[in-house]
Amino acid sequence: MTGKLILSDGTVFLGQSFGAAFSTSGEVVFNTGMVGYPESLTDPSYYGQILVLTYPLQGNYGVPQKRFWESERIQVKGLIVQNYLDNPSHFESQKTLGQWLKEEGVPALQGIDTRALTIKLREHGVMLGRVEVKSQKLKVKSSGIYDPNSENLLPYVSTDKVLTYGHGNKHIILIDCGVKENIIRSFVKRGVRVTRMPWDSDPLQAKFDFDGIFISNGPGDPKQAKQTIQNVKVLLDKNIPTFGICLGSQILALAAGGNTYKLKFGHRGQNQPVLDQNSKKAIITSQNHGFAVDMKSLGSDWKDWFVNLNDGTNEGIRHRSKPFMAVQFHPEASPGPTDASYLFDEFLDYL
Amino acid sequence: MKKVLVLGSGALKIGEAGEFDYSGSQALKALKEDLPVGRQEIQAVLINPNIATIQTSKDLAEKIYFLPVTPYFVEQVIKKERPDGIFLSFGGQTALNCGLELEKSGIFKKYKVVVLGTSVKTIQITEDRELFANSLDKISIKTPKGGFAKTAKEAEKIALKLGFPLLIRSGFSLGGLGSGVVSNIEELNKMAENALKHAPQIAVEEYLKHWKEIEYEVVRDKSSNKITVCNMENMDPLGIHTGESIVVAPSQTLNNYQYHMLRKISLQVIEHLGIVGECNIQFALNPKNNDYRVIEVNARLSRSSALASKATGYPLAYIAAKLALGYTLPELKNSVTKSTSAFFEPSLDYLVVKIPRWDLQKFAGGKDEIGSEMKSVGEVMAIGRSFPEALQKAIRMLETGQDGLLGNEIDETKLLPTTERLFVIAQRFSKGELVESIYKATGIDPWFLHQIKEMIEFEGSLQSSAFSYQTIAKAKKLGFSDKLLAKALKKSEDEIRKFRKKQGILPKVKHIDTLAGEFPARTNYLYLTYHGEESESQRVRESKKKKAIVLGSGPYRIGSSVEFDWCSVTAAKTLRAEGLETIIINCNPETVSTDYDSADKLYFEELTFERVSDIYEIEESASLVLGFGGQTPNNLAMSCFKAGYKTLGTLPESIDRAENRHKFSNILDKLNIDQPRWQNVRNTKEATAFAKKINYPVLIRPSYVLSGSAMNVAFSLSELKKYLKQASDVSSVHPVVISKFVEGAKEIEIDGVGQKGELLIYAISEHVENAGVHSGDATIVLPPQRLFLQTIRQIKDATKKILKELKISGPFNIQFLAKDNRISVIELNLRASRSFPFVSKVTGYNFVEMATKVMLGEKLAGDFKTLDLDYVGVKAPQFSFSRIKGADPRLRVEMSSTGEVACFGDDLQEAYLKALLSVGFKLPKKSVYLSLGGEKNKLEFIPFAKILSEMGLIIYATEHTSKVLKKHGIKNTRVFKISEKVHPSVLDLLQKGKIDLAINISMPRSDQGETDGFLIRRNCIDLGIPLITNLQAAELLVSALSSKKMSDLQIKSWDEYVS
Repeated sequence: MTGKLILSDGTVFLGQSFGAAFSTSGEVVFNTGMVGYPESLTDPSYYGQILVLTYPLQGNYGVPQKRFWESERIQVKGLIVQNYLDNPSHFESQKTLGQWLKEEGVPALQGIDTRALTIKLREHGVMLGRVEVKSQKLKVKSSGIYDPNSENLLPYVSTDKVLTYGHGNKHIILIDCGVKENIIRSFVKRGVRVTRMPWDSDPLQAKFDFDGIFISNGPGDPKQAKQTIQNVKVLLDKNIPTFGICLGSQILALAAGGNTYKLKFGHRGQNQPVLDQNSKKAIITSQNHGFAVDMKSLGSDWKDWFVNLNDGTNEGIRHRSKPFMAVQFHPEASPGPTDASYLFDEFLDYL
Repeated sequence: MKKVLVLGSGALKIGEAGEFDYSGSQALKALKEDLPVGRQEIQAVLINPNIATIQTSKDLAEKIYFLPVTPYFVEQVIKKERPDGIFLSFGGQTALNCGLELEKSGIFKKYKVVVLGTSVKTIQITEDRELFANSLDKISIKTPKGGFAKTAKEAEKIALKLGFPLLIRSGFSLGGLGSGVVSNIEELNKMAENALKHAPQIAVEEYLKHWKEIEYEVVRDKSSNKITVCNMENMDPLGIHTGESIVVAPSQTLNNYQYHMLRKISLQVIEHLGIVGECNIQFALNPKNNDYRVIEVNARLSRSSALASKATGYPLAYIAAKLALGYTLPELKNSVTKSTSAFFEPSLDYLVVKIPRWDLQKFAGGKDEIGSEMKSVGEVMAIGRSFPEALQKAIRMLETGQDGLLGNEIDETKLLPTTERLFVIAQRFSKGELVESIYKATGIDPWFLHQIKEMIEFEGSLQSSAFSYQTIAKAKKLGFSDKLLAKALKKSEDEIRKFRKKQGILPKVKHIDTLAGEFPARTNYLYLTYHGEESESQRVRESKKKKAIVLGSGPYRIGSSVEFDWCSVTAAKTLRAEGLETIIINCNPETVSTDYDSADKLYFEELTFERVSDIYEIEESASLVLGFGGQTPNNLAMSCFKAGYKTLGTLPESIDRAENRHKFSNILDKLNIDQPRWQNVRNTKEATAFAKKINYPVLIRPSYVLSGSAMNVAFSLSELKKYLKQASDVSSVHPVVISKFVEGAKEIEIDGVGQKGELLIYAISEHVENAGVHSGDATIVLPPQRLFLQTIRQIKDATKKILKELKISGPFNIQFLAKDNRISVIELNLRASRSFPFVSKVTGYNFVEMATKVMLGEKLAGDFKTLDLDYVGVKAPQFSFSRIKGADPRLRVEMSSTGEVACFGDDLQEAYLKALLSVGFKLPKKSVYLSLGGEKNKLEFIPFAKILSEMGLIIYATEHTSKVLKKHGIKNTRVFKISEKVHPSVLDLLQKGKIDLAINISMPRSDQGETDGFLIRRNCIDLGIPLITNLQAAELLVSALSSKKMSDLQIKSWDEYVS
């Protein structure tokens, strides 16, 4: 079955479908990681996006059980690869990537020159795009292109009820903006009790004691998360230790009166170098973000905590005197390097 | 830091080859390069006797010593040069071991030399298996279960505790010498005893059958910033040495958890050990769960790190050198993008496949099984965007006559680990075997097998496929060559090409940019793929009118290695300096020519006619340069000529007239130049008839020959028949040539540059060994010391005539025989020869540079002094027989050396001794064993035996030799031959370490009755006892030993000889 990817500038890439026989649209972004497609596909931060994987071979090790995923389902709108391999080999594999995509109703194309596509996105900036899959059974009429930045996506990816995990002495509230499971696992592994609340809930209304707040990663333009920003703003006055990751960092910055902006093509990969401005130590991080915090917009109470060594953008903010900190990258990894996992410990030291 | 001493790795040998020219050159570049404000300029001093390397070229190091990399000579250089610091990690195990010894003897302390980069203490831990295992245990990192033994008894004890099968490994080794799997006590004892001869201790370990073997290349700076630059997966499971394995990068069958688990452990280990610079870490990973073991850490640049550098575009050796000088990673820039940080991990948007190249057929008695010891002599790396594409590219790159997975006339069907295993697997798939059963037998992950099966199935369906867009497009994506498609579809190769071009099925150009497209590359490190729709545009410094494409030499093999890389790189440099846009094509990751800054553009690609044509068409209006990559590009000359491609230098027609024996012979007849009588024969009948006519011995050789592929001398009819059979296996297209073999002749080479048919410059070198030893295995002297002026004149005259006749414009090499004041021509190469770096560096005139300029049409003139020099250069071969079990180390017409060195001296003896010491020779202190076959040899050697005796050496000799010596009044002790079964036999003495040097001259003519000689020679190799098998070499050795002491060997740098 053939299919095509049509970018908003009119460029067309022809390929073959290996996922669900639907058409779809969204924001087209690329990730340069060489492993970790099950983790990426289930990462809620990709909600509304069509993911291009730059590594040309995908499907190599199949799909593992759900307990290894980053959320309950595939979150991307579509998947674009160079070559899909239908004969996976791994002891943890339960099914092929193609099967999984079909089960979850997610279209996917292979045979696309993903390098040419990536360079196009790099030069032009991210674009909206549409995946069209020709099928005899289905007649899909595509009407316009969906722009995930035009709405608040958090209701689609956040929990709708309060959930608890772990049995530790320390207790944190996790504001779920589309949290990756491995963040919760990272806390629980360190003996922390986690209460996961919907994106718009106010922790101060909680009927239990807690030691800290965690603001999760998530999809879309941070400025769309108005209610969360509002809630965090109030929290900041209470001096409660707060830690944010990715969207969480942007929300924290916005709540602190700062600004965020959209990057040309974002940072998505597992090889992003950041420099800790305090220790001058550099680490390799896993990243997935299209927006960044504008440091200049934050007051002098805040400082650059981490800076990207490639392009100098902000990768983390920290309050000079209060226990507020956030990073733009993913210390929970999954997929990606685990160099930054010590940051969970650093946060927990405040509690 | 004002002056830094860099140790090279010496001659190329199995397990230690061209990769160290790459790493050493990069280290020198890092030292030399412009330094930021506040840092001093650093003077680099290099010790490396490998004259064919790029690192020993004029502009990389301040001072170069062509001296042995041994503690004695390094100390002498330190004493003279007084460096502040030393690099030990860029010259392989040779440099590392030398450094460890110097540290142990306190030399570094004495002369206040700082070891830069990883500390000696750390190196010691990584080199000693027991210290290593204990050290990693401290941070709860798992290493293989097992123990360490200093004796075979101790090994047995451990074995009984662990149970069989077990893996034996020896510490302080390169390429896994003395390692292997044993499955019972007898095998264990045999291997342990053998391994303990080379190493003080061995490891006896659990055998992790069919575990995956994964490697990471790790970099750390002094501030403990650390990254993994590349991971690699061996297709062959644990148990096959990584140098013998097909390797892919990045790993293909590891999921995110496994990839990052091993990555994390790599970083923990490197931090714990305190590496500063680069190291390689090898893992075993259980395919059924996530269990792992750390197998070893190489705290130095390695073959794997060279591969990783080329696979990723990350210049590991360069960065490692910078870090050793005290820089930190975040301070340094990514050399490809020039804008992003060097602190990052490359992301690949392609994969690479490495396949080793073996030349086991070159060793009489060598077996083609592979295992935990390294036997391969080179490798290729193919880049593609699918595994089949890269795999088939790599197969063709090997240049072993294989064009694909099938149809290679490999009828072996046993799935043993051999050099041919990949093709055996293909055969079995074509017969319908299932992935599962092959997995069970080989342990090769089904991921690879499924795709190989898919390729085989496609190939099988080709015969019945339509000649259509779909078929061809899919075939090209799967990596099939036009040649193979032509055969299957019953078309010509040209028809396939024309069809492809008409249909738009063309490979696309992609960059290797280290960041998978995230940032633009400023370099042109390129490859071609059929998995793409667009070619990328390339940045070139400025748009230039003229372009040249230099063809490299392909994989290193016996007969073609680093010397041709030096030629290619030098040619490219010259072209660039002359203002041309310069492009290199090569596919060998162990080279400097595949550094992306050796030219304006690098195509890391096949040197097949199809791919060269693709690039020729992409790079419109470029000229091809075929004369510097050895025989590989030379073989393309006629195809390029027929296709009408532009070439620089001597016309391809002339190349054909030189390569084609008939045509060349006619030319010689016409010019009245002598040649040994010869004839083309197509069958045994013709051969025997001709041999009878010219009398034995006769030389048998196939046409288009390099390194004497299947060359042999037959002394009898039965030998002739035997060798003919072998020769026809090698080449069925070209007939075999039989020629008269002249016994007792001197061999002389002339290397030079022709300019429009005139002789511009030349260098005449003489072989120490008489004809009968392949010129690649011969000891070569420049300027000649024992040639008659008349002979020299004759050689020059003949050369001039040939040059004129063939209108040579560019490099050439002619080999002559001289006997009784008469010369005859045996071979002409219209390309740079193996000895070009040697003659260039000894005479001080860069022959390649001159040849390149001539090829561009520049008019050169001058009076070049190459005969009357105040010093002597001697080039000596390096053999790797210890790696090839069962191979006979006797010198023959077939080449078997893997590398070479060259040293300078005030006289022949000094230079020869230095050269011998550079290839691992040890001076005899107490005793010599003599076994001289044949009356003539015995008598000729008498005066030399006398000298040995006068030097106070004890002489041991076998029966006949002993008698003759006695008759001439030379005191000696008779020892028994092994076949005499009386003790003490030679073997007893060798094994007890009673013999320091063995001179074993056998009669060339017979294999019969030679078992004794073979056993003696083989034992010398296995026991590390110096062995000489050629009479002329033995004579020169004795004269050198008797006239020089160690202290007579001068410590002089290259510029002190050649100004």
